[in-house]
Amino acid sequence: MSKNIVKVPLSKEDAKSLKVGDYVYLTGTIYSARDAAHKRMSEALAKGEALPIEMQGNVIYYMGPSPAREGRPIGSAGPTTSGRMDAYAPTLLDLGLRGMIGKGKRTNEVKDAVVRNGAVYFAAVGGAGALLSHCIKKAQVVAYDDLGPEAIHKLEVEELPAVVVMDSEGNDLYLTATEKYKR
Amino acid sequence: MVRDIDVKLLTDNIKEMCIEATHYLSPDMCAALKTATENEESPLGKQVLDSLSENLEIAGKEMIPICQDTGMAVVFLEIGQDVHFVGGNVVDAVNEGVRRGYVEGYLRKSVVGDPIERINTKDNTPAILHTEIVPGDKVKITVSPKGFGSENKSRIFMLTPADGIEGVKNAILTAVKDAGPNACPPMVVGVGIGGTFEKCAYMAKKALTRDISVASEKAWVADLEKEMLEKINNTGIGPGGLGGRTTALAVNINTYATHIAGLPVAVNICCHVNRHAVREL
Ligand code: SF4
Repeated sequence: MSKNIVKVPLSKEDAKSLKVGDYVYLTGTIYSARDAAHKRMSEALAKGEALPIEMQGNVIYYMGPSPAREGRPIGSAGPTTSGRMDAYAPTLLDLGLRGMIGKGKRTNEVKDAVVRNGAVYFAAVGGAGALLSHCIKKAQVVAYDDLGPEAIHKLEVEELPAVVVMDSEGNDLYLTATEKYKR
Repeated sequence: MVRDIDVKLLTDNIKEMCIEATHYLSPDMCAALKTATENEESPLGKQVLDSLSENLEIAGKEMIPICQDTGMAVVFLEIGQDVHFVGGNVVDAVNEGVRRGYVEGYLRKSVVGDPIERINTKDNTPAILHTEIVPGDKVKITVSPKGFGSENKSRIFMLTPADGIEGVKNAILTAVKDAGPNACPPMVVGVGIGGTFEKCAYMAKKALTRDISVASEKAWVADLEKEMLEKINNTGIGPGGLGGRTTALAVNINTYATHIAGLPVAVNICCHVNRHAVREL
């Protein structure tokens, strides 16, 4: 079976065609942001300021890496729990954010915003930070440098493995997947 | 006979142990992951478990932390009562070890100095230090960096005696189901039953450091560990929460005497990156 490679930033068409349960490999450019960066972005919006990164078509990876050793672009780089970003995600989705990569369940508000905007929520394997760091070829801090690991990084990724856990129609793999293996 | 131990030894060892624990899992954890991979029925679950084994290999070989959340450093010191520390303050020595381990070991600094002000301390200190006085003249150090994806899903239940064993089982299952995919399953579940509010939580935390291939010495507790592991795996949550037969690798339970009016149960959820390094001085 050939690898299902998906280009990021994510086109409207690609986002629509992805279905829950698809195992995909993301290639292109994404941005990292977690709790503190989301809080700052939300404060910027409240003050009527521009966001430091473009949302339209982009994908945010909920991730705060460990420091890179010499000669490496990044340290360990696996997903953090997405639920802590649920308060901020609908606003960003309404601004055009097309994908999120993280782990764990989302609220109905996020799901509604995903459907409303034709976006996708991916899960990366939690606790596989060393493996995932191999898929990140370049990393550059582009905003909120003072936040250290929580700064926004621009990431060049090659074949970053992820599973579609919520598709643009709002189907949720976390709700359906367990049924089959329940005893 | 009183034995002098220089606190510098604490610092040096704890530094190395922070790095060791975040790059290598103990043999019992590796073995359990391997067995789980062989037995997993879900194709997606198997794929996740395979990724975890590959991840462990890369981590050890290339010195990239197993997980980017290198945790808050929980340090247990079991101090023989004949030990006399010299050369400085024990608490400072422990924190210095954590500081050096996290700074020199390229580990993520995930600690904020105040829970509301939230300014990063930039060296992952302070550690969470637990000390116990035991017989003898040795010091056993356990360093257990704890990630918060799973820590956030931990629970304490102040049950009543009438809730009994069924209440205990319910409490454990409730915590695990609520944790679901957020706690990076397959999990290791540490449980404390009895004691007081804080003793119970402490037992649950300490249970996570026990070799997961070793059952409790108490027969009824060993039976409960086995039964709960089966029940947890029957939830179908599976690796990564994507469905499957491996939701937990082990349930470790510690118990203690309690009050006639109470039945405290603490459930400390840990992910598959259940890290601990152990040394004896
Ligand atoms: S819960 Fe464990 S595996 Fe998951 S991100 Fe946190 S430390 Fe890593």
